[in-house]
Amino acid sequence: MINSTSTLKTSPVVPAKHRSKKLMERLELAAVYVILGLTALAFILPFLWLLSGSLKSSTELFANPPVWIPSKPQWSNFATAFGEFPFLLYLRNTLTIAGFGIIGAVISNTLIAYGFSRVDWKGRDGVFVLVLATMMLPFQVTMIPLFLMFQKLGWIGTFLPLIVPVFFGNPFFIFLLRQFLVGIPKELSQSAKVDGASEFRIYWQIILPLSLPVITTVMIFSFIYSWGDFIGPLVFLSDNKLYTLSLGIQQIMSVNDPRWPLLMAIGVSMTLPVLIIFFILQKYFIQGIAFSGIKG
Amino acid sequence: MNMARKDLLNGLLFISPWIVGFLCFTLYPLVSSFYYSLTDYDIINPPVFVGLENYKTLFTGDNLFYKVLKNTLFMVFVGLTVITACTVFISILLNNKKIKGMAFFRVVFFLPTLVPFVILSILWVWVLQPDSGIVNTILGWIGIDGPGWFSSPVWAKPAFILMALWGAGGSIIIYLAGLQGIPESLYEAASIDGANSLQKMFSITLPMLRPVILFNVITGIIGTFQSFAESFIITQGGPDGSTMFYSLYLYQNAFQYAKMGYASAMAWVLLLIALIFTLILFKVSGRWGNND
Repeated sequence: MINSTSTLKTSPVVPAKHRSKKLMERLELAAVYVILGLTALAFILPFLWLLSGSLKSSTELFANPPVWIPSKPQWSNFATAFGEFPFLLYLRNTLTIAGFGIIGAVISNTLIAYGFSRVDWKGRDGVFVLVLATMMLPFQVTMIPLFLMFQKLGWIGTFLPLIVPVFFGNPFFIFLLRQFLVGIPKELSQSAKVDGASEFRIYWQIILPLSLPVITTVMIFSFIYSWGDFIGPLVFLSDNKLYTLSLGIQQIMSVNDPRWPLLMAIGVSMTLPVLIIFFILQKYFIQGIAFSGIKG
Repeated sequence: MNMARKDLLNGLLFISPWIVGFLCFTLYPLVSSFYYSLTDYDIINPPVFVGLENYKTLFTGDNLFYKVLKNTLFMVFVGLTVITACTVFISILLNNKKIKGMAFFRVVFFLPTLVPFVILSILWVWVLQPDSGIVNTILGWIGIDGPGWFSSPVWAKPAFILMALWGAGGSIIIYLAGLQGIPESLYEAASIDGANSLQKMFSITLPMLRPVILFNVITGIIGTFQSFAESFIITQGGPDGSTMFYSLYLYQNAFQYAKMGYASAMAWVLLLIALIFTLILFKVSGRWGNND
């Protein structure tokens, strides 16, 4: 408001119509800020609620009206949770699966994406459409035969069903990597070929080093996926010594009268690492997500 | 050996992990799933061939299946519409050049997508707790007596929609990327013609964004049919079957009632649904996949 009067003074020639338009624009902008601000607040609140819940005692957690800031932060919730719930065992299991997941995803998908982008062969784009089509295939469709197959192989009750398939490509990662590889100038490969380099050497020495940013994206997505995966471990890990964090928490949540402050503490411990990874490697996330929906 | 043959050999060699994976972990399960769908199979005894019996039961003899379909379609029509409208709206607001702090908002909207399903579920049980949850507390401030959410047959589905909305930040990122691809010159031309913000939104932004919206909606439909973890963890289908969704019912048939054949028939119906929507997507956005 103050601003608009000052413009009035310095530029008295501005027609009235123009002035009201300026005012409208300002009001519009203010409205946009209010809407975005409130939405952002609504998005942040549940996180704060989780954090505050993890530091409350049982009585405070159930208090009505609710307590927003715990009167005496119960840091012991964390220690108790780690002690009573086999947190470290489940953490190790989760990291084992996630670690193999990352290795498998990087090795297999970079090779496959190279074959779909840097080598020209007849029928390539037709086969690639098939890859894209399998991206839409719900896991539930193949879940039962996979379970029966892994059971026959004696893999149920081991990590193998969650590790082995990762080494044979993932359509989303193939898509993501291919998008990137297509953009690397063809001349780079051609001049190497003239010098007598094999396709594998071009892949290994030229293309892989150039693809490090998108490989990082693949590694992050792969980790986040394994970290939060629920249905995979639920179907394939029958032995509770093999449980991942997700599955283990669900088990204690499903008992009657679970100890909620501990669950909240575990919730914070399981969310924090992912948030930290996100804040350190933010640009790879946004790039990867935007890429998947937009390009093409 | 000529160049074309050498390239073909090299290409196939590079994609060979995918070929093996596709055969073992996709094609074989698909085909055998169809076989199982024609059998009665409880894992302990060998499968007994029953023809199309499972499909017949599914569509004529299982009232719960219709309820499951109705629940899932509610999530598609109501849930996805609400989510799409909200995420597109927020993205358009965010795409305003005059807005400062776009990066901040983008991060805030994206963060919830990182929370693992199980934690998401624990968290939302608490957020929507009837007596002491934050949503009902805030509703209480403005004089509204909040519903029982997950414990109410009417409000359990809207509770899941709220939860999905909180986790829909990925769509906002995709929409924003789409919005940034709309040429500025279109808006300038419209400004010269005297168009206001609303007119610009309806005659430029939304039409230009349509392919991206379509992509998100179709992947969203398939995703809704796949949604499992939240309802499995929070409600197990209750109260009164109101949150028994497609994949949850499929899972229960397979692994809780050991009706592998019946669950496989459900899987094939799901496959057809996914296939139809995938074909629509491929058809409508022909550019998908070959942009070089």
